[in-house]
Amino acid sequence: MLLIPCPNCGPRDETEFHYGGQAHVPYPENPADLTDREWAEYLFYRDNTKGAFAERWQHSTGCRQWFNMLRDTVTYDIQAVYPMGQLRPATGTTAPTVTSPVSPEGAVK
Amino acid sequence: MADTAALENSKKIQTLRTSPASLLWAAFEAGSVAGAVELREVPFLTMAGIRVDPGGDAGKRLGKRTGGLPAASGEVRSIGDTAALWLGPAEFLLVAPAESHDSLGGEIPRALTDALGDAEGQVVDLSANRTTLELSGPRARAVLEKGCALDLHPRVFTAGTALSTEIGGIPAILWKTAEETYRIFPRASFAEFLGRWLLDAMREFASTEVP
Repeated sequence: MLLIPCPNCGPRDETEFHYGGQAHVPYPENPADLTDREWAEYLFYRDNTKGAFAERWQHSTGCRQWFNMLRDTVTYDIQAVYPMGQLRPATGTTAPTVTSPVSPEGAVK
Repeated sequence: MADTAALENSKKIQTLRTSPASLLWAAFEAGSVAGAVELREVPFLTMAGIRVDPGGDAGKRLGKRTGGLPAASGEVRSIGDTAALWLGPAEFLLVAPAESHDSLGGEIPRALTDALGDAEGQVVDLSANRTTLELSGPRARAVLEKGCALDLHPRVFTAGTALSTEIGGIPAILWKTAEETYRIFPRASFAEFLGRWLLDAMREFASTEVP
């Protein structure tokens, strides 16, 4: 269970939050000019980052406010929490390199 | 309320109401352990949802009834029996006794709607949205700790604090009204579930402690 520091309510259990997907995906300026492929990419294609990943969260059972969070997808380390609309903060830390790549089932490749 | 006939009629209708957890009242009484932990429903409290910028003029007008609107998470502002609970930076829940409802001769939420006027914001009568379960006694905290992840130690969670959280897996507002008394506001449809969940959590305190 993640302990997520809500900017309004302080640290709360992950179950109180709603995940909002990748942050900083801008709505296209002229959606009508987009090709079907570009529109599909805007709607459905998201990064699958290994390491620091900016994502949106909502404290749904608390203050019901949205915020951005920079979370490491490998270590689950929460590196930054910042308001909606603000640019992604620079991160000094990157995901630690895994020395022996192991599949989720545990079998060494 | 000029129309006394309408008021009398409305009072008559109120006697036909059943509260969301009323079917558990006998169980609450049987499951309460005097001197350890007791549970009861406080039915039909008047509640109004307020969404307004607390710093603006409308926010100040709406806060008059409770000595201002709360400013931070957990804060409760109250005058007498009327309290405003913080739900979000611009969202508050006003809780008042049942008689304060304008259908029973009180002035909530009508007076709040008038106080808001044409300003940006919203006042909604939420009296039927949630019910109130009151858990009290020296073991009340132990009961809540079985299903609430908040730090309920009195050093952290002091009397006069209200937090919106999860209890027994369902969303609810937890308001510590006194040192050993908690008011829990589940949504009406969750009232029976939470009532039974609390009764189950209280059961161990009815038996003598095994050393």
